Amino acid sequence: MAYFTEENLRRAHEIIDRYPRAKSALIPLLHLAQEQNGWITNEAMTHIAELTDVTSAEVLGTGSFYEMFKFHPVGKYLINVCTNISCQLLGGEELLHHAEAVLGITDGETTEDGLFTLEDVECIAACTEAPCFTVNYRYFHRADENIFDEVVAELRSGRSPLDKGKQGDSGDIPSHGALSRIQQHIPIDRKAGITPPEDSKTAPVWMEKNTEEAKS
Amino acid sequence: MNNSAPAFAAGYINNDGPKLITERFQFEDSFTLERFLNTGGYNGLRKALEKKPSEVHDEVREAVLLGRGGAGFPAGVKWGFCPEGVWPRYLVVNGDESEPGTYKDRLLMERDPHQLIEGCLIACYALGLSQCFLYVRGEMALAQERIANALNEAYEAGYVGRNILGQDFSVDIVLHWGAGAYIVGEETALIESLEGNRGMPRLKPPYFPAAIGLYGQPTIVNNVETLSNIPWIIDNGASAYKEMGSETSPGTRLFAISGHVNRPGVYEVEQGVTTFRDLFYGENFCQGIRNGKELKMFIPGGGSAPWFFEEHLDLPLEARLIGDAGSMLGSGAIVVMDETTDAVKACLRVVRFFARESCGKCSPCREGTTWEEKILRRIYEGDGRPSDIELLLDIGDNISPGPYPVAAFSEQDLEAVPFPPRQTTICPLGPSSVAPITSAIRRFRTEFETLITQRDSIPVSAAPIEVEQ
Repeated sequence: MAYFTEENLRRAHEIIDRYPRAKSALIPLLHLAQEQNGWITNEAMTHIAELTDVTSAEVLGTGSFYEMFKFHPVGKYLINVCTNISCQLLGGEELLHHAEAVLGITDGETTEDGLFTLEDVECIAACTEAPCFTVNYRYFHRADENIFDEVVAELRSGRSPLDKGKQGDSGDIPSHGALSRIQQHIPIDRKAGITPPEDSKTAPVWMEKNTEEAKS
Repeated sequence: MNNSAPAFAAGYINNDGPKLITERFQFEDSFTLERFLNTGGYNGLRKALEKKPSEVHDEVREAVLLGRGGAGFPAGVKWGFCPEGVWPRYLVVNGDESEPGTYKDRLLMERDPHQLIEGCLIACYALGLSQCFLYVRGEMALAQERIANALNEAYEAGYVGRNILGQDFSVDIVLHWGAGAYIVGEETALIESLEGNRGMPRLKPPYFPAAIGLYGQPTIVNNVETLSNIPWIIDNGASAYKEMGSETSPGTRLFAISGHVNRPGVYEVEQGVTTFRDLFYGENFCQGIRNGKELKMFIPGGGSAPWFFEEHLDLPLEARLIGDAGSMLGSGAIVVMDETTDAVKACLRVVRFFARESCGKCSPCREGTTWEEKILRRIYEGDGRPSDIELLLDIGDNISPGPYPVAAFSEQDLEAVPFPPRQTTICPLGPSSVAPITSAIRRFRTEFETLITQRDSIPVSAAPIEVEQ
């Protein structure tokens, strides 16, 4: 069953071709499905199963382990507020309560206009820049209530708030589901060659150097 | 001296010390191939390709480069665990940084992706690894973007892929990204995840995936910071590397110091010679505790590490010494807490993390971490029971039997229990949840007792506890 658009199907095949075994592409393909639709539908999992030659139950089995994958609709912007120890010490919980009050939702809920989903999350590796939050996994360091309000206002008015993030990131924040705005692309003439492990049972050529000079 | 973090490298602070892996952070365009090549980029790779692969391995072994992911195992020794004559072999880069308090690999990936790629290439050359997977944490969108861009540049320019630098050396490096799971930072869980499975750690033995790893093949798993050091070591030599730091912990390390200090930040620090006191109070580092307050406790190596206190300030940043003193340097994550910190609340927050992140494979961890969180929460909320302190310690003993690593407490004549903990589980996640509990109860037992006795309604069965006021 076709779920991916023509362009995303091309990207899906490009991703699968980078792995010695197709099943390794499951997580990147689930991300691609989430990028297309904002969350992961049953149709998406069925299509991914066909592409990687596993069952759709296996796709769900893998996908449901990881908290970034959403199996129900979420807002256009997913706001994650960190409350782990470094952020907690500097006001992460207060920032979360402020976010709940401003958006009128609690952890895991989505605003009625479908714009925002809020989550109370674990450490997001910005500990020296506490407290911090992310919008669709784009960072806002050393945040406070004012910064949070400004970011929400910018997003509501359709402008990008990334310059308020104090991270050196810029440009637009893609809708929930999209992560990197640049995709890896391996030019066909530059590819070393990716084969299943059973098809490459000999030592790589450059390892011959270890013995070559010893003989001479 | 650069007194604060540059806007484009959030958190990084230049401290005038040796800079092996953060030299390029001063440049706004540090992540581009152009800047990388203008600042000595790929010199290490060129030098490596002039040597035999085994000589490159020897150089790394000679440097005693300790793994920077948490366990601190020497990379050169780990590299030697690949069984002879078994091919293909793979390299998996662990960029799943998510230990509470840890912020360094994200900086290295965002600010200097080519340095990491060069480290990967040298490792692949030395060991005959034919493909590399660069596993970046799912939540790090910008890091994925910078690495994707760097790989595209490097493929175009002939540094990655077929016949690298025109030689008989061909390696594909593939950007892979996760989807949110702390446990995937455990190396066998990382491999499971990369195979498209739920990220649950594998049963040991084999202890090292170097023997049986990705697709059952020999696989080297190295941390981002570990690999980022390799280009410098090959370019400058192991002996130059060992001139810095101490004999058993040479070189520099990135430390992220967060919490109640005046100038939190990520610092590149010479190991072995610098102390915690230097870091917290030094002019070049954090410049003291906020608002003139006193230090109450600090976590020396990420959420999994037992806590340290005032009397440990003069310990040098040396893995062995910290281990003997009852904790670990772990992932270079130091969290400083001042006298206003509620020990029970801090303990609850760290334990909640492990309860949420337990993968569910081993029952002592799956059940135990959840019980620990529940009990701590009821103590914190004023509903604790007199038996709860012993109950917490008992649950901890079921996850990590025997004396748990903990710092000495001279006031009560209690000696340190050296790292690491024992475990009834496959991986160290469950045992890690015990660290904040034993640390907090040993040192701040009265805070727990006060919360329990001051509860709103004391049940009939509750025995009175004497509390010092």
